[in-house]
Amino acid sequence: MPKRSIVPFGPQHPVLPEPIHLDLVLEDELVIEAIPSIGYVHRGLESLVAKKDFNEMVYVTERICGICSFMHGMGYCSAVEQIMNVQIPRRAEFLRTIWAEMSRIHSHLLWLGLLADAFGFEALFMQSWRLREKILDMFEIATGGRVIFSVNKIGGVLKDMPAEMLSNFVAVLDGMEKELRETTQTFLDDYTVKSRLVGVGILTEEDAIRRGAVGPMMRASGIEVDMRKTGYAAYDEIDFQVITSKECDSFARCKVRIAELFQSIEIIRQAVSKIPDTEISVPVKGFPNGEAYVRLEQPRGEAFYYVRANGSKFVDRMRVRTPTFANIPALMQVLQGCQFGDVPLLILTIDPCISCTER
Amino acid sequence: MEEIQKNIYKIEQVELFPVIMEKKNDMWRLVQICCSFVEGNYEVTYSFATGYEISNYRLIVGKEESVPSISRVYKSAILYENEMRELFGLNVEFIKVDYHDKLYRINEETPFLKKEDR
Amino acid sequence: MAQFLSFTKTVMKNLFSKPVTTAYPAAPKIYPERTRGHVEIQIESCIMCGMCMRSCPPGAIEVKRNENSWSINRFDCVQCGYCVEKCPKKSLSIVPGYTTPDSKKSIETIIKQSDGTEGEKKDA
Repeated sequence: MPKRSIVPFGPQHPVLPEPIHLDLVLEDELVIEAIPSIGYVHRGLESLVAKKDFNEMVYVTERICGICSFMHGMGYCSAVEQIMNVQIPRRAEFLRTIWAEMSRIHSHLLWLGLLADAFGFEALFMQSWRLREKILDMFEIATGGRVIFSVNKIGGVLKDMPAEMLSNFVAVLDGMEKELRETTQTFLDDYTVKSRLVGVGILTEEDAIRRGAVGPMMRASGIEVDMRKTGYAAYDEIDFQVITSKECDSFARCKVRIAELFQSIEIIRQAVSKIPDTEISVPVKGFPNGEAYVRLEQPRGEAFYYVRANGSKFVDRMRVRTPTFANIPALMQVLQGCQFGDVPLLILTIDPCISCTER
Repeated sequence: MEEIQKNIYKIEQVELFPVIMEKKNDMWRLVQICCSFVEGNYEVTYSFATGYEISNYRLIVGKEESVPSISRVYKSAILYENEMRELFGLNVEFIKVDYHDKLYRINEETPFLKKEDR
Repeated sequence: MAQFLSFTKTVMKNLFSKPVTTAYPAAPKIYPERTRGHVEIQIESCIMCGMCMRSCPPGAIEVKRNENSWSINRFDCVQCGYCVEKCPKKSLSIVPGYTTPDSKKSIETIIKQSDGTEGEKKDA
């Protein structure tokens, strides 16, 4: 038997903006096993329900993550709305859909940039983030924040987007789509990119289910599941196809995310053309009592919200299962049998968000 | 097994493994395990999904009782089980990869239990 | 051929076009009107009810009814805008312009004088 050695990876590593530690068991250059270790930035936000009332918690949940912050707020709000039997106005649902899809574009572009950086294509990294900047500017115009929007409230949304703003956004997205095609073509065609991604990090369909992978990770393994198809918010009126790939490797994950970028732009176009002119929020009276769970599709995958309330100002228990938490076991599967040099890249292909994971 | 709310079923501890093996054989994935502490008892909810279907199975566990780990059936349960033991102090037996309360590097013991419940 | 030099077109375009970045700080940054920069108070209409103090998620606002003072720790404020939404008299507003960094935390206090106008401002 060849000699085995254990190499520590992280918590500080050039590809990781956030701390996660892995113990890699190596046989020469081959990874035999990886043992994850998290917990460097645990904040215990879930336990804040005992101190912040159920309205204030909206602002706390938004701060779980800096990338999918909007969808965290949205998940919590819809869970509480479900408990209180509040039907939010249709326009608010459409606005939430538009913002959620914009978040998806912003998150996927961020990921593409980080991926390019991980395999050493810095100009491509710059190009992706440059496109992302336009989305952030649009967020600032619409909500007043570039990352944390604070527009969700229980019973609707706080800010409206006038028709003029919406048509301006669609015009910006139309222009962006052209540039996006050009940039993403490099990811899809370039020889150097392909040589790092194709055939690396295979996660078979069966493993994806057994390890509970979610989101693009799962769809790249050929499983056609996208929570948006369950029709929460305004997705029931929007026509789109779930994007999957049968190739199961890192390149497939990249392809799925790129296709989702264009899909998101298309969804925003549809939503803008269908948005009804109603109120944006309804008044909510009383305190929640009961329990509800909500599943929604974040850029990184399915997020699970569980809220249990007891009829008082404070919610009893709030649980968030973030997509990265579910993808870590899948990552461990992917790392088994890979080359040591591919480890940083494979960690990136799950689109890790450690602050989400540790809440 | 009784349905207490849509898609939430209450089960007894003896039913846990039959349910989980059935889910495993039908290729359901583990969505999450949630622990909460309600009126002196732990409530452990196992959620499974296939496609767009979801089922939640809820186990009521007394404060001094323990639950067996399902991490040998569903490997992805390791993180959830370590998490609930560390944050709530629920005794989960025989976890495949046991972090010994060091999953999250926090000093306080069982921080998610209220002071009076500890 | 697409697999080689696929990025060249972009490189050429970038080489011969103006930079996309702005010349900040030489050219000032113009914020959109909705930017959540910092909280401001119209002390004249404030009734010292303390609603903002009770609803502030990070607990940055303090209202002292007996001293007629409203104070905010701008370093704790997260610009969520919940106080603005809760204020019954709409005295609070969230306006563009981020707070400046400092070497130590300070609390800004605004006193409402007996004639209703804004009194002295002090930083502690």
